[in-house]
Amino acid sequence: MSTSTLPPASSPSPLAGAVEQPTFGENVQGYLSKIRGGDMGTLPAILAFLILSAVFVVLKPGTFTSFLNIANLFQQGAVVATIGMGLVFVLLLGEIDLSAGFASGVCGAVLAVTLTNKQWPLVAALPAALLTGVGIGLILGLLVAKVGIPSFIATLAAFLAFQGVVLLIIGNGGNISITNKAVLAIENQNIVPWLGWVIAVAALAVYVGLSLRRWRMRRSNGLLVLPLASLAIRLGAVVLLVLALTFVLNQERSLNPSRTSISGIPIVIPIIVVLALGLTFLLDGTAFGRHVYAVGGNAEATRRAGINVARVRVTCFVICSTLAAFAGIFGASRATSVDPNAGGSNVLLYAVGAAVIGGTSLFGGKGRVVDALIGAAVIAVIDNGMGLLGYSAGVKYVVTGAVLVLAAGVDALSRGRLRGAR
Amino acid sequence: MTQTVDERPTPTTAPALEVREGRKSFGAVHALRGVDITVRAGEVTALVGDNGAGKSTMIKCIAGIFPFDSGKVLVNGAPASIHGPGQASAAGIEVVYQDLALCDNLDIVHNMFLGREMKKGLRLNETAMETKAADVLASLSVRTVRSIRQQVASLSGGQRQTVAIARAVLWNSKIVILDEPTAALGVAQTEQVLQLVRRLADAGLAVLLISHNMNDVFEVADSINVLYLGQTAAQVRTSDSTRAEVIELITSGAPSTGEAVQPRRDRPATSTTTNGSRPE
Ligand SMILES: Nc1ncnc2c1ncn2[C@@H]1O[C@H](COP(=O)(O)OP(=O)(O)O)[C@@H](O)[C@H]1O
Ligand SMILES: [Mg+2]
Repeated sequence: MSTSTLPPASSPSPLAGAVEQPTFGENVQGYLSKIRGGDMGTLPAILAFLILSAVFVVLKPGTFTSFLNIANLFQQGAVVATIGMGLVFVLLLGEIDLSAGFASGVCGAVLAVTLTNKQWPLVAALPAALLTGVGIGLILGLLVAKVGIPSFIATLAAFLAFQGVVLLIIGNGGNISITNKAVLAIENQNIVPWLGWVIAVAALAVYVGLSLRRWRMRRSNGLLVLPLASLAIRLGAVVLLVLALTFVLNQERSLNPSRTSISGIPIVIPIIVVLALGLTFLLDGTAFGRHVYAVGGNAEATRRAGINVARVRVTCFVICSTLAAFAGIFGASRATSVDPNAGGSNVLLYAVGAAVIGGTSLFGGKGRVVDALIGAAVIAVIDNGMGLLGYSAGVKYVVTGAVLVLAAGVDALSRGRLRGAR
Repeated sequence: MTQTVDERPTPTTAPALEVREGRKSFGAVHALRGVDITVRAGEVTALVGDNGAGKSTMIKCIAGIFPFDSGKVLVNGAPASIHGPGQASAAGIEVVYQDLALCDNLDIVHNMFLGREMKKGLRLNETAMETKAADVLASLSVRTVRSIRQQVASLSGGQRQTVAIARAVLWNSKIVILDEPTAALGVAQTEQVLQLVRRLADAGLAVLLISHNMNDVFEVADSINVLYLGQTAAQVRTSDSTRAEVIELITSGAPSTGEAVQPRRDRPATSTTTNGSRPE
């Protein structure tokens, strides 16, 4: 593409329309230098995922990669991934929500009480659980954005309070079981294999089609685009990954297939994919998403640009708690009941860890929704693989903690390097 | 006290921006104790004064970051009440702040459109924004930026200043206020930014340039407003005054002769550039 040897005066400004498109080589080089510069994005998480998976495959051949276990990984990771996706919004502001785990517990408890104790129909119980999440987010957001309490303290208080709320709703030592078939299906039923293939292929066709159309439009408008080879690699990787996962999940994974057959994509996966796509659109495609990044980058500049910063902050907390409500529903489905520890123990730390391991910065302004998914995959692999190897919960926590510190360290150091570069 | 002497020989239209008797206190600190300024379209008006004289405070009041406690702001001769950045923009006033007010983690296009994104339905219209941003930068003859999709964090000081200025003129603004745009820049970048400032005025905008660098001021300004301890000492035409006079006003708040600054063509020009001759 390097053609112009004309003096700059006679060629149009490099900014106006006719940009010189980078070649594939330049694109790869640019990516490498970005990584060297400290901006590693999701790369460490993907590497960690691959290396850890390889280690467990070697140490526990057969079991770790068994079809049953792979499906298990997704079902285990669903709650953490969902809370993590919501946390990305709060982390982007440079804030934290320590209460998201127990918020999911509260919402799960609301679902259980309304469905089981009060015999509400699902169409009333689900909105009740989700609206509880919205309300929680509204309160937290107002405490942080309007009252001015640091989010660490406001949500730490909420962490404690929500733990109590779950106890009050469920009753000490109690346990409300979930019998609603639709709720149970989320984590425990699968999409019949042929339908799984249809959905996967259709979704990929739409994704590839839209990506190519966007690429062509940008190019014909004279805007900077990825080299075609880079785009092809990216699209190819996504297509391969989705098809491979669909294939694996569509295999028979019952330990005793003659009695019960288990195969197909767990229903929770497409639900999470839809949530992730919706949130990604919100963050990447809308003005609101720009404002979230702007607040995290420079809140004062955002205010001077005439943006209502408090409203952006409150909305992010609402999104976070609402996603926690979804997670609460998934958790209730998986456990087939809600107990006073729902959303407790390591759920929140795993969710924060998922976002940070995936590449979302704790300092605000940098992060994506998929970070939470990739990070959750890393955590699920550690948790699951070490469990299979027979390590105790203690060892698992220590290793997961170490991975989180590593991720946060990479985040802090890369931030320092970006600063120093100026 | 307040001697606003400068007026064009025959002011045909109302000034683009005028402040009369503006006052502002922060608790016990009287930051502004009566400021007056006239900014005309097609001209660069310099606002000068020592550190802490109140220059930044004054433009923040004009921009609605915080309003004046009392006083009048007139836009095109009509009283304007500006109580927020949004109202300032609506009145055609754009400010490039001393502390730039860019978001490091956003790219050039998104910084230029922050708060006023172009949309297609719900979706951001990235194509339109990118094209318009490129056009504006090209119209400002900016050729130093490699890609308008790079993060602002990766830009040099001069480039960041350029982005901030481009952001200000993107909106068909009528009045552009620049707070010390060259304070942190090297010689070559300063020259580039000053030329850009001059082009804005030549394109018909009213430009208010805050600076305490006399070289910059005498290079681009048509009119100079001097602030002394939160009060306007004088507003003079560049062509009618000398560096020594302006420096005297800055340091003592009064002209050396003790009277209002008048055109002094009788006096020989001191040292370097004295009047409106400027590089094209
Ligand atoms: N937000 C504020 N609160 C209290 N005092 C302020 C504030 N902003 C400015 N000041 C005071 O007002 C005076 C003028 O400051 P400033 O406008 O920044 O001066 P300049 O830009 O001319 O150097 C200074 O004495 C400064 O300390
Ligand atoms: Mg200042």
